Amino acid sequence: MSVNDNGTLVKVDAATKYFKRGSEEIHVLEKLDMQVPEGEFLALMGPSGSGKSTLLNLIGGLDRPTSGSVTVAGERIDRLSRQKLAAWRARHVGLVFQFYNLLPVLTAERNVELPLLLTHLSRAERKKHVDAALDVVGLSHRKTHYPKTLSGGEQQRVGIARGIVSDPTLLLADEPTGDLDRKSGDEVLDLLKALNKDHNKTIIMVTHDPHAALRSTRTLYLNEGKLSTEPAE
Amino acid sequence: MKFVKLVISNFRRKIIRTVLTILSILVAFILFAYLAAIRQSLSQGIDVAGADRLVVRHKVSIIQMLPGSYEADIEQIPGVADATFSNWFGGIYQEPKNFFPQFAVNPEEYLAMYPEFLLSDEEKEAWFSTRTGAVVGRNTAERFGWEVGDKVPIQGTAWTRKGGQRTWDFDIVGIYDGAEQGTDTTQFLFHYAYFDEARSFGRGLVGWYIVRVDDPDDAVRIATAIDDTFANSPAETKAETEGAFVQGFADQIGNIGAITQAILVMVFFTILLVAGNTMAQSVRERTGELAVLKAVGFTDSHVLVMVLLEAMAIAGVGGFLGLGVGWLMISRGDPTGGLLPIFFLPPKDIVMGVILVIVLGLVTGLLPALQAGRLRIADALRQL
Ligand SMILES: Nc1ncnc2c1ncn2[C@@H]1O[C@H](COP(=O)(O)OP(=O)(O)OP(=O)(O)O)[C@@H](O)[C@H]1O
Ligand SMILES: [Mg+2]
Repeated sequence: MSVNDNGTLVKVDAATKYFKRGSEEIHVLEKLDMQVPEGEFLALMGPSGSGKSTLLNLIGGLDRPTSGSVTVAGERIDRLSRQKLAAWRARHVGLVFQFYNLLPVLTAERNVELPLLLTHLSRAERKKHVDAALDVVGLSHRKTHYPKTLSGGEQQRVGIARGIVSDPTLLLADEPTGDLDRKSGDEVLDLLKALNKDHNKTIIMVTHDPHAALRSTRTLYLNEGKLSTEPAE
Repeated sequence: MKFVKLVISNFRRKIIRTVLTILSILVAFILFAYLAAIRQSLSQGIDVAGADRLVVRHKVSIIQMLPGSYEADIEQIPGVADATFSNWFGGIYQEPKNFFPQFAVNPEEYLAMYPEFLLSDEEKEAWFSTRTGAVVGRNTAERFGWEVGDKVPIQGTAWTRKGGQRTWDFDIVGIYDGAEQGTDTTQFLFHYAYFDEARSFGRGLVGWYIVRVDDPDDAVRIATAIDDTFANSPAETKAETEGAFVQGFADQIGNIGAITQAILVMVFFTILLVAGNTMAQSVRERTGELAVLKAVGFTDSHVLVMVLLEAMAIAGVGGFLGLGVGWLMISRGDPTGGLLPIFFLPPKDIVMGVILVIVLGLVTGLLPALQAGRLRIADALRQL
């Protein structure tokens, strides 16, 4: 993958994001700059409603900035068409959600397989990747289980397996432990940490939990549309 | 294929709802098939009516007879290729409920007029040369177990013999088949000469004429010419195409086409609501899931097509099963035991059914599919 000279994988440049709600405009991000070097495990904190998810969506190509640019691995993703952006996401981004967002009608392994359906991999190759991903999260023995028969922690680990199965450039997690008890949360954090350290995955994780942020290599705080290295107050 | 599996897995979601929806579609299509067969049966003949044939009857009603001399006059009219006559007999075999049409005809001329009645050369020969000989359609022959060589007594209801006897004896000399599936094989045909000579009244009169024209496009003009020829005579005529004639017959039982159509429109409107609601609900319930699919890289069109396929699959399973079950039930034959002798699902209605299945799938799937395609990930994920 092409990374900037200084090893920057994600570069957000003067990104502004407004939402229209009726006649009123909500200014969430104001000319925000951000750089994430490759191999980093970044924790993103900030009060509720400060725009953490919004920022993550911009970086993951799930949404576009009102102005400014988002560059990932040397590519300006804010300019891609919806169609191209979808293909880009499939190739470059793994997503982990707070509420796991597994498809209830699919078994664990078929949930993990979803991103691979968009590739040209054969069924056998897909199975190999799925097995490997489930192995990484330690759930090989649960692959034929449906989500509702799994615990929250297990579901989230399936979610992580889905996030990494296509070996994305970037793993984005929005409050991955927000819905888990301390023990399951710790397991998920250990897993993310291991993915970062052992597999050199670049991870950006939104969290409310300072304890979770401790596992990261760096923590940034979002407040009133701006980023800082220190919490507000 | 991998996407199809994904589509199918969605049927697991609300299995009861899916099954109920499919069942209601299935029932609708059984009904569709059945009504199509009934309509076909009641208006039987219209579809297979010869476009180049006219029927000429008494202007007042079909019951009034026409002079036998008209045949020669009709054949004089330019554009007329051939003409023959037929005569309603209206007899009873054993019991009044054993109804089937019987006609006194000129065998050579009649077979020439109706090439869709298929007889072997030997049977034709036997018929032409046997004065009391009759040929009968396969359907009626099988109904009464008649075979060539049988002697069949028919009770005349309108027609008595000279001397007052009501029983007419006929020798079955041939059993005809239809060239097409819709060809009427219920008719019982015998010599007009035998009939005319033996009947106690009405000599020299015939029921109606059948006329073949050279050019079907000319049929209307020739019909007018025929009617003009006999205008102001004691027996004025009404000439019309065979299709219109048969239609007129069918209309006497009510406008079957319009009735079945009205029923079907109501049924399909209901089905549209049922299936449409199922799809709309099914998509609304999984806005988040669709957003997740898009988030991991499915394009808008992927998602749109998947939802559309799902609707098509529901319509397809229900519709094709319904058509199939309907077809099976219909193939077991006339459900009334004789009232609807020609009972089958016409190919054009099968095609129509298939088209309806596809349209149903498209219509019920289109709106939810468009909605799913337009779904914005960031918005949808927030609604979870
Ligand atoms: N799609 C949207 N349409 C309208 N307003 C939005 C949209 N997405 C976010 N917002 C608004 O933007 C602001 C930031 O939302 P965002 O979800 O990014 O916050 P957050 O920091 O992730 O909050 P939380 O910690 O509660 O998840 C909120 O005021 C929210 O209501
Ligand atoms: Mg958030």
